[in-house]
Amino acid sequence: MTSAAPILQLTGIGKQFPGVTALDDVDLRVLPGEVHALMGENGAGKSTLIKVLTGVHPADSGTILLDGREVSFASPLEAQNAGISTVYQEVNLCPNLSVAENILLGREPRRFGRIQWKPMRRRAAERLAALDLDLDVTAPLSQYSLAIQQMVAIARALEVQARVLVLDEPTSSLDTGEVEQLFKVMRNLKDQGVAILFVSHFLDQVYEIADRMTILRNGRREGDYPTGELGQVELIAKMIGRDLAELERLEERPPARTTGTLLQADQLGRTGGIEPFSLTIREGEVVGLAGLLGSGRTEVARLLFGADHATGGSVTIDGTPVSLRTPQIAMTHKIAFCPEDRKADGLIPDLTVRENVVLALQARRGWTRPLPREQQAQLVDRYIKALKISPADPEQLVRNLSGGNQQKVLLARWLILEPRLLILDEPTRGIDVGAKAEIQRLVAELSDGGMAVLFISAELEEVLRLSHKVGVLRDRKLIAELPNDDTLTTEVLMQTIASGGRS
Amino acid sequence: MTALTGAVVPRKYLPVLVTAGLFVAMFIAGGARYEGFFSTQVVLNVFIDNAFLLVVAVGMTFVILTGGIDLSVGSVVALATMVAAVLLNAGWPPLAVIVVVLLIGAGLGLGMGCMIHFFEIQPFIATLAGMFLARGLCYTIGTDSIPITDPAFTAAAQTQIGLGGGLWISPSVLIAVAVVAIAAYVLHQTRFGRTVYATGGNEQSARLMGLPVARTKLGVYTISGFCSALGGLLLAFYMLSGYGLHAVGLELDAIAAVVIGGTLLTGGSGFLIGTVLGVLILGLIQTVISFQGTLSSWWTKIFVGLLLGVFILLQRVITTRKK
Ligand SMILES: Nc1ncnc2c1ncn2[C@@H]1O[C@H](COP(=O)(O)OP(=O)(O)OP(=O)(O)O)[C@@H](O)[C@H]1O
Ligand SMILES: [Mg+2]
Repeated sequence: MTSAAPILQLTGIGKQFPGVTALDDVDLRVLPGEVHALMGENGAGKSTLIKVLTGVHPADSGTILLDGREVSFASPLEAQNAGISTVYQEVNLCPNLSVAENILLGREPRRFGRIQWKPMRRRAAERLAALDLDLDVTAPLSQYSLAIQQMVAIARALEVQARVLVLDEPTSSLDTGEVEQLFKVMRNLKDQGVAILFVSHFLDQVYEIADRMTILRNGRREGDYPTGELGQVELIAKMIGRDLAELERLEERPPARTTGTLLQADQLGRTGGIEPFSLTIREGEVVGLAGLLGSGRTEVARLLFGADHATGGSVTIDGTPVSLRTPQIAMTHKIAFCPEDRKADGLIPDLTVRENVVLALQARRGWTRPLPREQQAQLVDRYIKALKISPADPEQLVRNLSGGNQQKVLLARWLILEPRLLILDEPTRGIDVGAKAEIQRLVAELSDGGMAVLFISAELEEVLRLSHKVGVLRDRKLIAELPNDDTLTTEVLMQTIASGGRS
Repeated sequence: MTALTGAVVPRKYLPVLVTAGLFVAMFIAGGARYEGFFSTQVVLNVFIDNAFLLVVAVGMTFVILTGGIDLSVGSVVALATMVAAVLLNAGWPPLAVIVVVLLIGAGLGLGMGCMIHFFEIQPFIATLAGMFLARGLCYTIGTDSIPITDPAFTAAAQTQIGLGGGLWISPSVLIAVAVVAIAAYVLHQTRFGRTVYATGGNEQSARLMGLPVARTKLGVYTISGFCSALGGLLLAFYMLSGYGLHAVGLELDAIAAVVIGGTLLTGGSGFLIGTVLGVLILGLIQTVISFQGTLSSWWTKIFVGLLLGVFILLQRVITTRKK
């Protein structure tokens, strides 16, 4: 296989952004019929390399050979026409259009210039069926969850008869079943000789699917390796340039120093959102929420933050009944909520890192009492360091940050409030292994310091590692609440989810 | 509840339905109050008096659907009347005049589109420049109203196309209706039209999806320029004169019609039929005020202002509830 001529060969690619060298003399060789993983920390330059390849950004230097011929694309459209189909990081689709249009627009069946809607819908449904999805393809995309939108983006990329398929973190919002389905499709394409360039921060996924990998660090190429010849530990060491072991060593979680009940929800529920549930959160306790996508994890969080209205039940904080009607009220009770979809609910891309970070703090102080610039700078600096946001420049525009670093900025915004209850919805989505360990450690530290944390994650290991107690959700219902003692394992959690908590 | 409204009427049709309901309500209220109001000819007259606005608003709809705005339309309309009047008086054949005027409009639109796309100038600013430019050009041609006496134009102004039962419309109405029909077809049945919606929905995404965003943006401003020129010709048929002071503030009427028709100013959502209803509502307000007879015409502005306020609030409610 290694003898085959590369379908894609990038040589000496360089790319500068004002103040940042995103890529420096990067080489990449992808062979036909292989899955090639592009690995690296947040901000290593993976997405930039993909954007240079597919004509979103012009390269400053270097050459790109596609099938032996030199190419230089001026737009994603040209790259697509040349047979490179791409799913970019973050869902890049049009939420106002129907699912079918999102999959096929630009290639829709036409007769005399008129779109043939029926065949178009059929084809879209077929594409989705290949991914084991059954959606109403005439419904607007905005109706669907982030995970489904991600699948739709993949379906769109698969629509093109591509020779090279580029997937930049396609699995960040997907659950295990969906990932398996995607992998099945990828293996299929691979057998047909399609080359696949794949980016993911989930190392298990990379080891499962990739044949070879190229590692980037700080915009430079570390090397490329057959997956089989590079162990996880070595890979991580090459990615982050230091040993992960020291990062990963999270001490055995001490039992929560539970001083008292912070928040108690009693039969809280929302018709159509989540069935009534009762949940007690103590000070210094990390409560994990586990469950499949759409099981109601986010709904629980939104109710507790006042982002949705409860239709029944009550909440007490410190023993006094409160009514969490709006996020503002929740914030005055020192509840903070870091949402899952950073694009839609969180960051303002055209403001700087500093402005984005102080936003919630400023809102809580009220706009008539501006935060002194110096104090802002101090606070922001502290969190840039704590979360290793890169580039470590508070005046950088958030839109210019890599996906993972944007996530960190959002996290900083809520940490800065020093809340008593911090709700984290998928805080480690799209974050590299090093930073993930960093964030996990931070959560542990915060809870040791007395902060209560409601931690939502699709990764059960992560939930288990951090939580003192795990709430299991299924079909929009809290079906079990399990103390995290030695007997609780990911298998037990999965079984609980599968059995619906009736065991 | 979402499921319910979703099943009965998809939410995207809601603004248009509200507009349609409002139109019917206004018509019935007018009929109940004024003698002779409740007739088909009253509606047809609204069409006759506002055919040019309708055509201009169609172009504006394309632009607003991409998330842009075109402030130049009023001036381009005036320029079109002016150029038409001058060329006709110079003895050009009417057909040639029409072609030249349409080309000028489309060319101006394309120019503004280039500024917006290639130099990344805000549509508001680029078309503001276009607005001053076109209005200024009118005055370099002449500062007075120039009468049009060409027989073809006067025929277009005076012909009444009977619809039976004593009802009639002007040729301009036919043209306007044809423009609406073609535009609706383009928006909903062609790749270009769907790309207009995609661009308005999320321009960045549309580009990454490999859609021809550049061509689409140039296209909508060209269409808007073309529609303005055509609207100018219809106004010339209607007024039989070219004048630099024609259609002052028309851009705002067109924007108001589009917004009242339920199209989101942020782009990506709306229907052409909404724009038609928006124009009809603006026209109907004027009709009501003329039937009343005692109200000053400023009441038109007040009603339009109130309506706009209500509709923008409505859009706000609809878009925030969607989440
Ligand atoms: N448009 C831009 N302007 C300025 N800097 C940019 C721009 N896009 C990316 N960068 C910078 O280039 C570097 C590489 O970013 P890139 O998005 O390629 O990282 P990544 O490897 O994809 O990371 P992640 O895993 O977080 O997605 C980062 O330092 C980022 O801040
Ligand atoms: Mg990236």
